[in-house]
Amino acid sequence: MELEAKYPTEKLKCWGKAKNIRMKFYQDYAEAHDKGGLRWAGGAWTFDAIPAGLGDDVYPITSEPYGATIAFDKELSLECMEAAEVKGYPRDLCSYMRNYWGSIITDKFAFGYKDKEFVPRFQGAKPLGFPKPDFIWQDHICCSHAKWYQVVSDLEDGIPMFTVDNAVGPAHKLTDSKIKYVVEQLKDGIKFLEKVTGRDYDDELLFKAIKNHFISTSKWAETCELNKAIPAPLDEKSIYSLYVLGTLQKAGKQVADFYEKDLLPEIQDRIKRGIAAVPNERVRVMSDTQPPWSFLSIFRYLEKFGCVSIGSLYTFGLIGQWEVKNDGTWGAKTIPYVEFSSRDQALYEYVKYELHKPEWQHFYSCHLKSDMMIRIAREWKLNGVMLHYNRGCEGLTIGIAENRLALLDAGFPVMTFEGNNADEREFDEARTKTKINAFMETLGVK
Amino acid sequence: MIEQFKQWEKNRHDYAKQWKGKTGGKVMGYFCTYVPEEILYAAGVLPVRILGSHEPQDVTEPHIFAMFCPFCRDCLAQGLKNRYKYIDGIMIAQSCLHIRQAYTSWIKHIPVEFEKFLCMPHKVQSPHAYEFLIEEYRVFKKEVEEWTGKKITDKDLDNAIKVYNENRRLMRKLYDLRKSDNPSITGEEVMEVVMAMQMTDKAEHNKELKKLLTKLEKHKSDREVGSRLIILGSEDDDTVFMKMVESSGATFVIDDHCTGSRYFWNEVEQGKDLLAAIAARYIDRIPCPTKDWEERKRIPHILNLCKEWNVDGAIIMQQKFCDPHELDFVAIKKALNDTGIPTLFLEFDVTVPIGQFKIRVEAFLEMIGEEDLF
Repeated sequence: MELEAKYPTEKLKCWGKAKNIRMKFYQDYAEAHDKGGLRWAGGAWTFDAIPAGLGDDVYPITSEPYGATIAFDKELSLECMEAAEVKGYPRDLCSYMRNYWGSIITDKFAFGYKDKEFVPRFQGAKPLGFPKPDFIWQDHICCSHAKWYQVVSDLEDGIPMFTVDNAVGPAHKLTDSKIKYVVEQLKDGIKFLEKVTGRDYDDELLFKAIKNHFISTSKWAETCELNKAIPAPLDEKSIYSLYVLGTLQKAGKQVADFYEKDLLPEIQDRIKRGIAAVPNERVRVMSDTQPPWSFLSIFRYLEKFGCVSIGSLYTFGLIGQWEVKNDGTWGAKTIPYVEFSSRDQALYEYVKYELHKPEWQHFYSCHLKSDMMIRIAREWKLNGVMLHYNRGCEGLTIGIAENRLALLDAGFPVMTFEGNNADEREFDEARTKTKINAFMETLGVK
Repeated sequence: MIEQFKQWEKNRHDYAKQWKGKTGGKVMGYFCTYVPEEILYAAGVLPVRILGSHEPQDVTEPHIFAMFCPFCRDCLAQGLKNRYKYIDGIMIAQSCLHIRQAYTSWIKHIPVEFEKFLCMPHKVQSPHAYEFLIEEYRVFKKEVEEWTGKKITDKDLDNAIKVYNENRRLMRKLYDLRKSDNPSITGEEVMEVVMAMQMTDKAEHNKELKKLLTKLEKHKSDREVGSRLIILGSEDDDTVFMKMVESSGATFVIDDHCTGSRYFWNEVEQGKDLLAAIAARYIDRIPCPTKDWEERKRIPHILNLCKEWNVDGAIIMQQKFCDPHELDFVAIKKALNDTGIPTLFLEFDVTVPIGQFKIRVEAFLEMIGEEDLF
């Protein structure tokens, strides 16, 4: 059932650049020691501007995107999952985490060299051993965050580890005391970094990294905001390949520049020219939580019905920072144009800004998340919602059943499908497609 | 000997209703042992821990995705079934994500006068956690005062601390009795006492506890002790399981879970600033795994319990899908095995398959007793 195209479409021009940034990120991490640099590991939400103050040759690997990368490589993922299970870790734990641990246990990195070119393992590269980080720099809001790296440290015979507790309550109840608690931890963290690396800390590099962070998170939100347009210039499957840069290194200049100077202008241009992501767009939906990474084809399946998934609170707010504008709508958070004069002041501004992250709010109340989802459903003009009851991530699935009830109460049809972001053994593609068929019928497209 | 405690535990709702009738005070339902009960008690509020009923249920299906622990769903079910209609307030202190959902669903679907998500810090190993928590307590104290219309004085707080500390000391005394070669009380009986402790007025519990301790000092148990076990892991109030194990040739002499020793192990150390003293108690207490990082401080504590209570084996239980405990048990199992303590891992649900568990427990006990046999 291929529907007739209503709108023109074209490939993203910045696609290749996005892919290169991602590949270089992993290559830099793998090769850091060859160049005398440092490697560190931490979550996608960690305050990554902090280690940036150690020098320009300090390269991270962020846990969740790396876990997703393994998930995309089904063969390696299965090997990793089974290796973690053999060590005694239950299979209902975070599936990113189990992929990540498995990569350490099997000593197989998801990347390697093929004809001297750095490529993913599934493209035929001979996998490298897992490059051990020099230190761990993590944050903690989900029960699994700090514990994830406790186990990493166990598996790697001890790696110096510092974790920042950022679970200080919802953004609308922020106080000076809450911000300071996080700031003081960051200051302790800087001392820890100096001690374990033997390097002097450079505040100027920190200031630059925080500014990059502001740009990355705000410009990404601005890009997502543009998807309010009909037709939507971006579809969610493409969004996954773009938002990931923010999860890799949101305080990195290459990411901030890409979002501000490449992606945003291109999407603005697409809107001006009426370029659609899905040329036969007839209905619009959003999803929630991470997708089942080895089955992204379900998003292409939606297109057969003329259905575009415009994104989700997950893709918009995992990295993107938002605020309510004067007209009452949701838009990109204004970048704080402040000059940094001291470490304390810069850290305070950084924390105050970051604690507004939309995807941190539901850790305190699923109802805050419901409100944001309903807002997206209304402002992005959606016909329905597809909720991924994700067995692989308790942190983002918390409260999802209440989100469903709230969306239904607000008048939006909801389809749920059970799966797992990174453990393909827990996703039933045929059953999900059958549910999509029925859901599309209820939305009036079949 | 423990009839009164059992009665309180089995008739928890009647107890709370009668308490309300008698005192005219308010009752606060709470979900996690990180709730600073002393502040509530000082305001004349009865804190009552919400626990499940171990009955199969389906009322929570629309509210909590089934991959979250059965305990949080069982707790919410009690609210949805209107069993806690008498509570005036509901609160949680930030702990695991699972039980948090029971709280968030509760406040929406079973509204009460007062609700509170208390932002208990996760990084209890940070020196900055104290100051942060004290400020959270200051705000909470004010909110409780506004809710109850009662000013909480230092005298009130001091009295609450004294009552709670006495309760903790008496419980430690009870637990110490279990160090004996022939403990005068079983693990199942102790579980009834600890559970009753979480749903009654501590002053009343203290009186009954003193009577129990006097009786136990003279009491000589004639039951076979068998293997001396520790039970540790997630929330556990499954008395049926305890009874089954203890009728299979074993005695639980110690535990480490939040419905057991972790609830009362540490006292508030009196200081000038009473809120600071309470905050220090909750930060320095034996941690829940959600807060036990970067260093795993619970492991040396568990090993010490095993040593002091002369433990032969450990049953590691966890609520199904309980991520925080799942993230610790591999390290705990290794630490126990390294010190020569055999372990049995069991996954609990709202109801446990007693028959199947009995076979596994018997095999485990047989393995522990092997050295004596040959």
